[in-house]
Amino acid sequence: MGQFVLTHAWLIPLVPALAFAIIGLFTRSLHKLSAIISVGAIFFSFIMSLGIVYMVLSLGISVDMPFIQRVEWIKIAGLHFDMGVIIDPLSAIMLLVVSLVSLLVQIYSVGYMKGDKGYGRFFSYISLFCASMLGLNISINFIQMYVFWELVGLCSYLLIGFYYYHIPAREAAKKAFITTRIGDFGLLIGILALQTLFGTVDFIQLRQIIPVYITASGTGVLTIIGILLFMGPIGKSGQFPLHVWLPDAMEGPAPVSALIHAATMVVAGVYLVARAYFLFSSLPVLMNIIAWVGGFTAFFGASIAFSQRAIKRILAYSTISQLGYMMLALGVGSLTASMFHLMTHAFFKSLLFLCAGAVMHAINDEADIFKMGGLRKKMPLVFVTMTIGVLAISGLPPFSGFFSKDAILAATAKVSMPLYIIGVITAFMTAFYMARLLFVVFFGECKQKNIHTISNFMQVPLVILAALAAVAGFAGYICNFGDWVRFGPPVKEHMDIMLASLSTVLSLAAFVFAWNLYGSKRWSVDAITKKLGIIYTISFNKYYIDEFYAFLCRIFIDGIGKIMYFIDLYIIDGIVNAASSLVLFFSSVLSKFQTGQVQRYAAVFFCGVIILLMCSIVYFDKISGLIAIAGGGAF
Amino acid sequence: MNIGLTQFLVLSAALFCIGLYGILVKRNLFSILMCIELMLNGVNISLAAFNYFLPMPDLSGQVMMIFSITVAAAEVAIGLALIFRIYHDFNTVNIDKINNMKG
Repeated sequence: MGQFVLTHAWLIPLVPALAFAIIGLFTRSLHKLSAIISVGAIFFSFIMSLGIVYMVLSLGISVDMPFIQRVEWIKIAGLHFDMGVIIDPLSAIMLLVVSLVSLLVQIYSVGYMKGDKGYGRFFSYISLFCASMLGLNISINFIQMYVFWELVGLCSYLLIGFYYYHIPAREAAKKAFITTRIGDFGLLIGILALQTLFGTVDFIQLRQIIPVYITASGTGVLTIIGILLFMGPIGKSGQFPLHVWLPDAMEGPAPVSALIHAATMVVAGVYLVARAYFLFSSLPVLMNIIAWVGGFTAFFGASIAFSQRAIKRILAYSTISQLGYMMLALGVGSLTASMFHLMTHAFFKSLLFLCAGAVMHAINDEADIFKMGGLRKKMPLVFVTMTIGVLAISGLPPFSGFFSKDAILAATAKVSMPLYIIGVITAFMTAFYMARLLFVVFFGECKQKNIHTISNFMQVPLVILAALAAVAGFAGYICNFGDWVRFGPPVKEHMDIMLASLSTVLSLAAFVFAWNLYGSKRWSVDAITKKLGIIYTISFNKYYIDEFYAFLCRIFIDGIGKIMYFIDLYIIDGIVNAASSLVLFFSSVLSKFQTGQVQRYAAVFFCGVIILLMCSIVYFDKISGLIAIAGGGAF
Repeated sequence: MNIGLTQFLVLSAALFCIGLYGILVKRNLFSILMCIELMLNGVNISLAAFNYFLPMPDLSGQVMMIFSITVAAAEVAIGLALIFRIYHDFNTVNIDKINNMKG
């Protein structure tokens, strides 16, 4: 049985992919059946993933000795790719997290999407989304990973633009697709460069070749390749400066936001860096870049989140910030902390998004948190689960975020003090804006009259995720996550009491601060806003990055477009038109000879004969010589 | 004046060229047919002359000539039939009016 699970791990992405095909082709209009197929498929993947985790634990499969299955995919001279499955603790934990969160999100969607005319379409897309992410997790080489990477991008495009009749949704879908595409371009070039340099893109082979290569010829070229490869994660994982698509991705339905932000698309980038960590970790310059990009993104996202008003937008910037943490952890060399935070974040962020979805669902899709207020008594279940999520992300013990964030901060403190300070400030800000969200939405007076109840399909996943968000961190801590998911020798996790208590105190302070501002209203929000003045304006307008990009687009893209239009109109079209009119001219000349009068033809014919005769007389010697050669050769 | 191969070949070439000229400039299909006969006869003369003047004469030139005359007779028969047919269709034997081959 156990061996069956390992050797049939390829079924994990395949079954949801089949569900996509079946729903898309046949059962799209049958809403109930579509939901059953989709949830059933992901449930199968979840059970298989559980089996995989069990097998990994019981067989002692480690990151140094992964279980690999491969079949030949492309084999031509000089080019050889396999498709296959790699099972090690890293991919096992990813499979489990992705399939579990996807399963819960899909169950939630059964209730959330009720009554939508695109019900079947939604489940087919979301099945493909899960399939591509699961496929990405078990990829054994960069090419296979790139295939699924692009599939994930496609699905995000389809799902963000799910309400295609709604203009902002369409725009957001295009923005997500194009922005991540910029990163993917770098990734693709990086992969091609790897193939050119080493003749292979296989993770296992590269893992053996790269240390040899570095001792022989240094890290110069490899650093450039690494930066190109890192562009992919920058785009997909919403790192600065390609983060702009992520907040807009909330235009899709709430379950989609939960899936994108928690388990599928954005963690793909983190996972890629983790999977290719043998490459990244051997390049100190690149590690520095990753750490600083991550640290800056963490701070940057948090600094925008604390002034936003739309509930899902706050959560979106919070995701950017948390992903920054994961990158920071990778950059300072702690794969364990990064993956640990990825896991806990997947639970509490999907919980938060699903809660936000439930809140919006209940009050007619109102997104502005300042129009909500006082939902504590009307929606007790959502209130409790959301509170757990907020406590988890704020890093208060004993919730999950405390352990994972602390692991990151502890790892950072060992490497770089400035980055540690940024991390701690970000932690304070995170606690503050999440507390603000909680207090504004659930406390105070109720501003909404019509509050719908939410179905059981939506409540059950909330409870399960809340439980996971509460205990996953502690469970990971006592089960020695670091022995298991790691790079290099096992890291014994030990908590630094000083650092942990400092961040706890800061988070508590942020809560008190937020309570005074938004809960008890002891301090006036307006006065503070006014005092912050320009800082608040910049933060509220997201540092004007979107405007800056729009400006760049206007100057460069439109300018280039105009030049290209001119070139196309006058030069390209000119060449084509000139060619055609030249042909027309020659044909008009030649058609003069086509009189239809046999005598003219005969005259031309005899002229030709005479010319040939003249030639044969003038060149008599040469021709007879040629004939002699031809004759000599032939006979 | 001694009459040799040259004179015969000149005669032959002259007949051929007159025939060719006629084909190229005449407008009447009957005249063209007659000019074709002139060209054939020019060739026939050269064949007969070669047969007579070559150092080791045999009958091959004469045989060729008889072949050619026979084919010319057949050609005239078919050519005349074609001309009648053309006259029937176009109501003219002026070759300038018959330019259906124009592309």
